Parts: sequence; structure tokens; C-alpha cells
Amino acid sequence: MDAILAGTLIASTLRVATPLILCAMAGMLAERSGVVDLGLEGKMLFAAFAASAAGVASGSLLVALIVACAIGVLLSWLHGFACVTHAGDQVVSGMAINIIAAGLTVVLAIAWFEQGGQTPPAPDAVRMKALWPGAAQALGPVIGEGFFSQSVLVYVALLSVPAVWWLVYRTRFGLRLRAVGENPNMVDTAGLSVRRLRYLALTLNGVLCGLAGAYLVLAQSAAFGPNMTAGRGYMALAAMIFGQWRPFPALGACLLFGFLDTVAVRLQGVKLPNVGEVPVQAIQALPYVLTVVLLAAFMSRNAAPRALGKPFVKEH
Amino acid sequence: MSAPALPRWADIVLLPLVNLAMAMVVAGTVMALIGQNPVKVMAMMAQGAFGSLRGVSYTLYYTTTFIFAGLAVAVAAHGGLFNIGAEGQGTLGGLGAGLVALWLSYTMPAIVVLPLMILAAAAFGAAWAAVPAWLQAYRGSHIVITTIMFNFIAYTLLVYLLVNVLKAPGSMAVESAAFGDAASLPTIKEALERFGIDWPSSPLNLSFFLALLAAGGVYVYLWRTRAGYRLRTVGSSAGAAEYAGIRPAHQMMIAMAISGALAGLIAANEIAGVNRRLLLDFTAGAGFTGIAVALMGRNHPVGIMLASLLFGALYQGGAEVTFEIPGFTRDMVVTLQGLVILFSGAMAYVLAPALSRLLHMTPWMQSSPAR
Repeated sequence: MDAILAGTLIASTLRVATPLILCAMAGMLAERSGVVDLGLEGKMLFAAFAASAAGVASGSLLVALIVACAIGVLLSWLHGFACVTHAGDQVVSGMAINIIAAGLTVVLAIAWFEQGGQTPPAPDAVRMKALWPGAAQALGPVIGEGFFSQSVLVYVALLSVPAVWWLVYRTRFGLRLRAVGENPNMVDTAGLSVRRLRYLALTLNGVLCGLAGAYLVLAQSAAFGPNMTAGRGYMALAAMIFGQWRPFPALGACLLFGFLDTVAVRLQGVKLPNVGEVPVQAIQALPYVLTVVLLAAFMSRNAAPRALGKPFVKEH
Repeated sequence: MSAPALPRWADIVLLPLVNLAMAMVVAGTVMALIGQNPVKVMAMMAQGAFGSLRGVSYTLYYTTTFIFAGLAVAVAAHGGLFNIGAEGQGTLGGLGAGLVALWLSYTMPAIVVLPLMILAAAAFGAAWAAVPAWLQAYRGSHIVITTIMFNFIAYTLLVYLLVNVLKAPGSMAVESAAFGDAASLPTIKEALERFGIDWPSSPLNLSFFLALLAAGGVYVYLWRTRAGYRLRTVGSSAGAAEYAGIRPAHQMMIAMAISGALAGLIAANEIAGVNRRLLLDFTAGAGFTGIAVALMGRNHPVGIMLASLLFGALYQGGAEVTFEIPGFTRDMVVTLQGLVILFSGAMAYVLAPALSRLLHMTPWMQSSPAR
């Protein structure tokens, strides 16, 4: 394979995988604390809209990022209010957030920008550019173009994986987080607040979803469009489950899904030796099929946190 | 201090209405914030949905699809399962109906083609639901995740088939050739014309009666047969059911197969009744509306029919308002739908304690003996 093609494939895989990685880490923090998070899609979508609207209105990248994260956190708290404070159904609450986000972002976009649900393209000052524009010249097409031509959020996403791993497995907070997802009664008996731990996990989750949404409008495309997340939140959820609720395997799943997406675009109409033309749809459906197969094959190992999806009601 | 329990009538009638009102208030606030008059919009919606025979017909057309979707979610819920896959099962239902129509509708009479199409829609929907059901029952794969995955797989499958196999030759649009006349479920207008009755033109078709029949069937099955009792027992407590000699895995399969069949019947309305060709995304989110409908209707067929009528009216009313108020789109109705799921589903009992205290403060409740 020639070097330029390899470089573009790597670069494109990383770009597609970035929002998946951020959302998968977000989902992992919530689910490790015992809260199912189906709302990744909605939080990312709303954060994307918020980042774009705030970027256009303020002309400041920092403001756009802060607003996106704030929206992600607020939606996470709404989820927490319904499911942690009031012991509501976590799956239903996540669906509600997704549907509200799909509708409300378009309603607000039409009301504020009058462009059929789109936002105007963000000004240049708000866009995220490659950290090191000369990387391809300095380091060659594979290393330079492939790994070092990206915007800062790509590296933030990659660094979030060891960060989440360290947080979950090497800190006191992480130990408590895992405990509250496995056995909240035990944590409660030990005198710790189950609610506080779950809200903390949801807050971090909201920040990461906010960054994922911001990446979509500030680095990947220029503006917000209706339903622009297009199922990425669900795919991140699938990647997290595919990685069995562990950070590094989940990163692997995100990179695999990103690579499949990149390849699907490039294989359109190409005939492979011995196989013939592979339908693009087959490659697009592969992440979902793989997730189902993996769930069916390995779930007997009980990888999911034991208290996942069960509301904790403190006994008086 | 914990609040006293709500009386039964308040739990079944008052609380859902209060939760609906909360969703309406939040949606109204959004409208006010973006400079629309919520009272005027809601009045226009009611007028558009019920103000004319034509409006009512459109409302009932939307209602038909939502009844199927709501029943699908409800039957699964009674079996203890959350079916987010009605969207994909409906899509496969359309594929089943479409394949029968493309195969037979040019040569066979309607009396043969239409029942086969409806059967195929139900069978394809049931089969698409049976896979996640089997994985849940026998492999422990979480049904919420697998049904979501199956929605995406169903969509890409339909895209593939329409682009590569079923597309009408020479056509640019990603849709099948138009079916023969034998595959058309008559509209109410066409049906009534035979009796010399004039009815305004609308997509409302005979599948509306199929939906009512399905609602009646679900009621009889769940509450008037032993099989339905077994299914509900598993839904309430799989452990207790097992001790009583009922196999939970079996009942999960049955619940999801019925659920998928009901979702597949969405195609009877949208494909056989209205579009009369197979096309992409004809379910248009109805599978998710079904979740809202089932939550509001408390998983009971009567409640589901009422909630479907409400959502049918919102969709039709919303479509009418789109013509009248610039900047108003269907997305406002989608937002309201999400709020209904939030308030009637996830936060259903948030207001219960306050409501209960309020009720017990009224002199009328105080004079009645405590339950």
C-alpha cells in the first residue's frame, strides 16, 4: 500500500473515531457507576448545536467549548434527576433526552438562525485547526499526515482513555465508582453517598459528551445540521459494550468502527480480488452486527456492572 | 415524611394528565421563548386536527400507525421487556409486505394479495424481533442494546435492497416500482364511494380498523386468556413465574414475536394503505412515538388508543400549523413527544407525592375513609 493512502486512512480513522472515543469514555463512567446512559446521542447532538450557536454568537472558541460542556452536564444532571434522585427508568430517560435533543435543536436553530435547522458556518477564529500544520512535510505521509495532522480534540480524546483508566482503576474515587456500580448497598453501608458518586460520574460524562459534540461542529464540519450525530452516540455505546466496559478495549472498538467507516467510504464501487464488489451497506452495518455477535458470544462472562440499570432506593 | 399513596383513580387518570400538562407547559414555554404564542399555536393545532372531516381523517391516519407502534411496545413491556426496536421491525414489515406486493400484485386479485401482504408484514416484523428475543432469553444479551443495533441493521438492509435489488429500472429515486392495484388497501374515501358516500380525500385507510382490531385482540389476549396471564406473570416476576411452572424464556420469545408482528403492521398502513410502493424511512420515527404512546397509555389498549389519538392530533395539527406560522416545523411536535416520554415515563412519579398531599388536603378527601 502506498504511504500517502496509508497516511490518509490513519488520519481519517482517527477523525471518525474521536467523537466515538469521547462518548464511549463518557458512557463508561456513567455505566460503571450503575447508570445506563442511552442519552449519549442526544447529549452529543445538543452539545454540537450549543457549540455552534455559541461560537457564531461570541466568536470565541473557548466560549463555544464551555457552552457545549455546560449543555452536556445539564442534560446529564437531568438524567440524574430523573433516575438517580427519583429512581426513574434509566433507559426511558435516555430515550427522552435523545428525542428532545433531536427536536429542540432544530426548533432553536430555525428560531435563531432561520436556515432550515442549520447554523451558519462558524467564523475562522472558532474553528479548530491542525496543531502542527507542517507535520506531513516534516515527518512524511504516514507518521506526519496520519498521526500529527490532527486538531487538539483528537489528542484530548486519545488521552482521555488512559485518564479514564487511571481514574477508574487507580484512584480512591474510581474504586468507589466501581463499587457503586456493582453493589450500591455496600457503598451506602460504608457511609458514602450513592447519589453523590453517581452525580459525579454523570458530571464527568456530560463534559466528555460536550467535547464530542463540540468536535463535530468545530473541527469536523463547519456548521450544525439537523440530526448531525446520525447514530454516533449509539455506536459509541456499542463500542463501550464491545470493549466490555473497559477503557482500552473500548478504544480499540472505537478505532475499529472508525476504520470500518473510513473503508466503507473508499470501497464504494471497488472490486476486491476473490470477493467481488462488497456492498457499502454491509461494511456500514458491520459495527452493529459485531456488537450483537459479541454480546451473544461473551455475555456469560458478566462484564456489565452488576447494579447497572437498577435504581438505588435508600432504605430508611 | 413520606406522602400517603395516591388513590387508584388519581394514579390512573389524574397523574398521567398532570404529567402530560407538565410536558405541554414546558413545550409552551419553548414556543413563548422563540416568539410564538403557545395558546394560539395549540388552538390552531386543535383546529387543524379536529376542525374538519379532512383534518380528522388525517389525524386518524397518524393514529393508526401509533396504535400499532404503541401496542408493540406495550406487549413487550407486559413480558418485562423494553422493545426499542419497533422502528426496525416496522421496516422489516414493510419489506415483507413489499416483497409480496412486487411478486403477486400484478397478476393476482386483491382478495389474495392484501391478506398475504398483511401476514407477511406481521411475520417479517415478528422474525426481526425474535432474534433479539432469543439472544435475551437464551444468551442474556441485553434486549435494549440488541434492538437498537437491529434498528440500524434493518435500515442498512433496506437501503441495500432498494439500491441494488428492488429499485425500479430507470428511476433515480431510491424506491421500488409502484405496486399493482391489487396491493392497495382501499382508503376510507374509496371504500365509502362504493356506498355512494362522499368523504374528503386523505391517507386514512382500512388499516385503521385493523389497528382497532389489534387493540381489542391485545386486550383479550393479555387479560382474558391463560396464555396472556402467563406472559404478564413473567413480566411481573420471572422468578415467581418459574416456580409456577412457566418458562420465562418461552414467554419472552412469545412477547417479542407478538410485539414485532404488531410493529410490522405499521406497514399495512404506510406501505399498503398510503405509499403503495416500498421506500426508505416510511416508519418516520413511529417506533419511538410508540414508546411515548405506551408510556402515556399505561400499556393498556384503551390508554394506547387515546394516547395515539393525542399524538395523531399533534402530528396532523402540527403539519397544519407549519403552513400558517413561519418557523414552526414538525420538530416542535418531536420535542413535545420527547417531553412526554420524560414526564410520563422517566419522571412519572416525581409529582406523585406532591399530588397526593394536595389531594389529601381537600376537605372531600379528608371526609372519605382512608384506604
